[in-house]
Amino acid sequence: MGYVETRDLHKHYGEVRAVDGVDLEVNEGELLVLLGPSGCGKTTLMRMIAGLEVPTSGEISIAGERVDEGVPPRARGIAMVFQSYALYPHKTAFRNIAFPLEAAGQPPERVKERVQGGARMFGIERLLGRFPRQLSGGERQRVALARAVVRDPRVFLFDEPLSNLDAQLRAIARYELKEFQRQLGTTTIYVTHDQVEAMGLGDRIAVMEKGRVRQIGTPQDVYDYPADTFVATFLGSPPMNLVEHDERTLLGFRPEQLLPRSIFPSSQPVFSYHLRVRQVEHLGADRLIYGYLEEETRADQPVIADLPVTITLPIAEQQVYEFAVPRSAMRSFDRATGLRRDGAA
Amino acid sequence: MALPDGAQVVVPPRAPALRRATLADREDVLGRLLLAPAFLYVILLVGIPFVLAIMLSFSGARSGTLSFDWVGARHFRTIISDAQFLLTLRNTLIFTVASQVLVMILATTAANVLEVAFFGKRAVRMLLLLPWAVPVSLATMAWAWIFDSTFSVINWTLRALGLFQGWIYWLGDPEVAMLAIIIIHVWRMFPFATVILLAGMTAIPLEIREASVIDGASFWRRLFHVNLPLLLPVVTVAVLFGVVFTSTDLSVVYLLTRGGPYNSTHVLSSLAFQRGILGGDLGQGAAIALFLLPVLVVVAIIMLRLARRTEVGG
Repeated sequence: MGYVETRDLHKHYGEVRAVDGVDLEVNEGELLVLLGPSGCGKTTLMRMIAGLEVPTSGEISIAGERVDEGVPPRARGIAMVFQSYALYPHKTAFRNIAFPLEAAGQPPERVKERVQGGARMFGIERLLGRFPRQLSGGERQRVALARAVVRDPRVFLFDEPLSNLDAQLRAIARYELKEFQRQLGTTTIYVTHDQVEAMGLGDRIAVMEKGRVRQIGTPQDVYDYPADTFVATFLGSPPMNLVEHDERTLLGFRPEQLLPRSIFPSSQPVFSYHLRVRQVEHLGADRLIYGYLEEETRADQPVIADLPVTITLPIAEQQVYEFAVPRSAMRSFDRATGLRRDGAA
Repeated sequence: MALPDGAQVVVPPRAPALRRATLADREDVLGRLLLAPAFLYVILLVGIPFVLAIMLSFSGARSGTLSFDWVGARHFRTIISDAQFLLTLRNTLIFTVASQVLVMILATTAANVLEVAFFGKRAVRMLLLLPWAVPVSLATMAWAWIFDSTFSVINWTLRALGLFQGWIYWLGDPEVAMLAIIIIHVWRMFPFATVILLAGMTAIPLEIREASVIDGASFWRRLFHVNLPLLLPVVTVAVLFGVVFTSTDLSVVYLLTRGGPYNSTHVLSSLAFQRGILGGDLGQGAAIALFLLPVLVVVAIIMLRLARRTEVGG
């Protein structure tokens, strides 16, 4: 049984089903990422777990205790870091971090001790006297994290906490976040629409679309064996190529698996294609080849190939080349339902 | 570059209407032009009467004559030693402070209630604004009936419910009459304060208020440690308006009690009206009316400072 668990959870706003029957099990100590495009219901799901939204129906339990009926947020043992950090603008960093402790009625000496402990953890001791507006984005984020940590919560809820940081800072912050979550070992639910963040941070990823969970699994699992065409195309940049195979089947392969035929040994089983190249992008570490498959039965299907810099074969635009996908990397999907079929293509 | 003989310089045709700068392009002129009506209004209807009032307060002017002799601070000396004036000053302060405190408590409560989603919220919001929209004279007449010595709705209701068998002479007893005036003022002012507070509350980021819920703060802790401090700039504006409106209000006192019984409920503006207009002593009337001006200016400066400091702190 999961540490945090939802059972057939629904949240409807009139006709709109923001969350439409979610069964989720978050294991103790793991970091589960809720990933999906905006409007998929991931934030609503988290807010119901936090107690900020009341479910239309269904159950939520934390550490084996039902919380969906009549347990207010403060009694759920959760701490949440918001997208905007939601620091109290009229309080110093110290008072911000102290706020949940004071609310819990802890004595002043203990509050001071814990605030300083939290500040040390995130290296913000010298910032404790400053107001939020005097802090940079990264510093604010640390204050918000410290405020979440000092309460010793059972569960952390993160609502896109890195999206307000610039790209360079984000990679570092992601690393630090993962590091500190591992140290504490606190069960964590993390909402994001950024698949790189999801892949990098998550012990497991739950991919959501239209209020439902499409797939839950380790990042590698979800990436390599997407449950359906939505997951296949949402995860990965550029996304998985999907081409028509026959009336009932779509074949899917990752751009980095579509490589010149010549680099595969002739003994390896592959699917080979004629690729007409339309455009080549040099991205430094790799080359993106945009083109169309030129096959008699399935003409003009756009695909993208991602060639690592180690493949030096010259590729010219408007030319046709022979490319191939290893059979082991080929996935097959049902055209009608979009679901992946088991077994090799 | 020299052009060869016979070469023609071709100027591409442009839309003739847009070639010259129009009035809308000239922001300096346009700005002044658009500000002019408001500027004139303030000068003619606020500025000149204000200067005139200051001059009158130092003059021996009486109604009916055009004399304008300088008497220095004589009026101010007279009124400070006048027991009636001192009582009036005290009334004004009690009246202003008491009604503002009550207004802020009621408005904060109402704003918190109205913010929660419930059926018919819009209708209630509309109804709440009514006291503010009703003309003062009509409202005060209605209240005069509610407080009437014979027909007082309150007294009869209390008696019918068996809660209170005595009889309150609302406008006959100086203390109670003051209370009656404060009640009317609170009733009139609190809808406006509520609307200001509601606007201020919607300006607090939702995530901050949710963070305080998640952080486990009780209702009172959220109110006093998060919501009210963040509302302080807005509250300050509401209080400032309230203080100015209340301490300069003539209508309620004049229409309800005319300062009675025995001139015990006068406020500065009603006394100024009585002495200056009805009594004909324009100079003393102006001096009474202006007496609180320095105090109000100081109050305004302090409050605006306070409001700015909170904003900077945030």
